[in-house]
Amino acid sequence: MKLLYFAWLKTKTGLSEEDVSPPENVATVGELLTWLEGRGPEFADALSDRDAIRVAVNQAFAKNSDPIGPNDEVALFPPVTGG
Amino acid sequence: MIRVQEQDFDIGKELAALTGGNTAIGGLAVFVGLVRDIAGGSDIQAMTLEHYPAMTEKMLAEIEAEARERWPLEASLIIHRYGRLEPGDQIVLVAAASAHRDAAFEACQFLMDWLKTKAPFWKLEETDAGAQWVDARSSDDAAAARWVKQDPDAAE
Repeated sequence: MKLLYFAWLKTKTGLSEEDVSPPENVATVGELLTWLEGRGPEFADALSDRDAIRVAVNQAFAKNSDPIGPNDEVALFPPVTGG
Repeated sequence: MIRVQEQDFDIGKELAALTGGNTAIGGLAVFVGLVRDIAGGSDIQAMTLEHYPAMTEKMLAEIEAEARERWPLEASLIIHRYGRLEPGDQIVLVAAASAHRDAAFEACQFLMDWLKTKAPFWKLEETDAGAQWVDARSSDDAAAARWVKQDPDAAE
């Protein structure tokens, strides 16, 4: 699974993208966020305010209950501020 | 048409190309977003727009398609820049053309409101106090929400 980080999520995690293989019981967006939070202090800090995080699966906005799989591209970012 | 680009755009040329040859167009509404020199009381020296290329193109295309479904548009255009911009620089151009002005005005406002809340761009402002990511504004959410279609059968 490919993960992408944007804006302050990139700053806080120190990563713009990475490949991860979460355990099999990580099957939804919400479960992925919880798993990521446990990977270290920088992830716990970056993901501490869930309301401030938006997730896209394969370039489409996703909800916590949406499923994820090993071939998905999952992006984490704050609410958008373009225009 | 949608375009995501680093370089500046020439409004006159873009609009001429958009409407050229189509004499069914009676009204063209245009919005241009510029980099302001002040935000929250701090002077802005520059702003860097980051985006998520694959998703940006997809979302802008979806937003444009939605506008063309809702209003009888003869032409539409969204150009959004990314990269480092300075105060006074153009950030975004949105244009909607129709036979009559109401559709053009409404579609132009819709395109901007939805772009502000759905297109994956993020602004990093450079001020004397350092660089800061811009927070999303609840007023932008409210502006976008007024275009969400209500189910006519839903209880009020």
